[in-house]
Amino acid sequence: MVGRPKCERPVVNMLEIDNLNVWFGKHRDRVDAVKGASFTVGQGESFGLVGESGSGKSTILRAITGLAPLWSGGMIVDGQPLDHRRKRAFFKTVQMVFQDPYASLHPRHSVDQVLGETLHLHGFSDIDARVVKLLDDVGLGQKFRFRYPHQLSGGQRQRVAIARALAPEPHLLLLDEPTSALDVSVQAEILNLLVDLRASRGLTYLMVSHDLSVVGHMCDRLAVMKDGEIVEVLAVDALRAMKASHPYSKHLLEASL
Amino acid sequence: MMGTLLDVENLWVKFPSRNGVFDAVRGVSFTLGRERLGIVGESGSGKSMTGRAILRLIRPPGIVEAAQISLDGVDLMKLSEKDMRAVRGQKISMVMQDPKFSLNPVMTIGDQIIEAYRLHNSATKAQAYKKSLEMLEAVSIRDPERVMRAYPHEMSGGMGQRIMIAMMLIPNPEILIADEPTSALDVSVQRQVLDIMDKLVKERGMGLIFISHDLNLVADFCDRVLIMYAGRIVEVCEADKLHEAQHPYTRGLLNSLPRLDMPRDRLAVLQRDPEWSVAPSVSARL
Repeated sequence: MVGRPKCERPVVNMLEIDNLNVWFGKHRDRVDAVKGASFTVGQGESFGLVGESGSGKSTILRAITGLAPLWSGGMIVDGQPLDHRRKRAFFKTVQMVFQDPYASLHPRHSVDQVLGETLHLHGFSDIDARVVKLLDDVGLGQKFRFRYPHQLSGGQRQRVAIARALAPEPHLLLLDEPTSALDVSVQAEILNLLVDLRASRGLTYLMVSHDLSVVGHMCDRLAVMKDGEIVEVLAVDALRAMKASHPYSKHLLEASL
Repeated sequence: MMGTLLDVENLWVKFPSRNGVFDAVRGVSFTLGRERLGIVGESGSGKSMTGRAILRLIRPPGIVEAAQISLDGVDLMKLSEKDMRAVRGQKISMVMQDPKFSLNPVMTIGDQIIEAYRLHNSATKAQAYKKSLEMLEAVSIRDPERVMRAYPHEMSGGMGQRIMIAMMLIPNPEILIADEPTSALDVSVQRQVLDIMDKLVKERGMGLIFISHDLNLVADFCDRVLIMYAGRIVEVCEADKLHEAQHPYTRGLLNSLPRLDMPRDRLAVLQRDPEWSVAPSVSARL
């Protein structure tokens, strides 16, 4: 019963992944990171990918954004099939937030530069007003505008990374373990922010996490991955009721309680 | 709990900086028996510094001050650096967070364990090899002969961490300080590593100081828990009663965790009270 959710779903799909294979290296060194993954994410839905390290969950996100060049299968974002080159319009639709806020911001660029450059690249003209708005939206405010990453805490950096992802006004956000490097109290703040932004902007989330309780809090449905394959797609209600059917999902569920 | 292995009284760790002295640990006191003692707190709360200060691993300009850190009646603060070297590893061992940075990348696992063993025991290479195999078996590593020939990059995170534990256990220490030993590991592997440490505490009567940021893990695994905030111990409790903790900081941390069994629209956000960092440290000496 893989990929047949029982909960109500929006009719329009934001993301369709069909029989996706991703690999690295060639010939003898070839490693198949993702094998035949298929799932769909509806518009406005929040979908989780869980699994252990090396199960290929982050690789799926990287393949969607074009950071993993070797892939086959079908990927459709907002009705547009993806080929091996991403157009600028794609990045107006899809943005990504990375795991480590310490590594994903340029150490010598101020918050203003980071956001201003992104806005400039996407062709906005009212940059000044937009930077202010973005900082307010992620709960940072004006006083952080001219700070450098080393003057920010981990949670504040992640807020800047989220603001940068929101700058081109995307519809789909790819979240790669957005809170795993943060303390639990800061994690709560960031998760609340993500919930609010999704509601106010009608965003669609594809979220990778190893923490089932975080995915349970954030997502409507999730896919469990093991060794590059999706072993089960289930609704979060089923997860809460401990109704996983695949033995591996059960094992993962038991281990995280 | 039988007898006290380690008695720490009024421990301070200070770092002089341009803006005056920064106190990383402020007046922490606790005792450790043959038990699993958990230290939890957020990053920057001083939990790792406490672990390092016990082994006197804080380098100058950092300053460690304490009324006493006594191990079997010997005050570690008064020992010379030479005598301290005999304590480290032999009596108190430490396992760090990430095996990637703790193992030598250009030496085989076997050579590293044999070296550690021969440093502490006068043994021939053959004896040391045999003993090393036993150690790897003790931490549930399958096919130890192959692992002995392997280099660290060929090991997974969980295996690397078990190898680290095996090396730490060779001199049969009385106390093991584990600093976030399972944070870099997947949940299922985490369980295995914890089971191994648990077995060692029970079988060898070791004292374990388990430093972690994961409240649920500590509540599940330890006997007693110290909760640290801004360099102080704010609360001490029995691990199985951690979910009934009283201090607003501990309550705040517990409430900010998402839970599968209790869905909520919004997570509670911790409101920090400046009072918490000023109040004196709670003593955890028995």
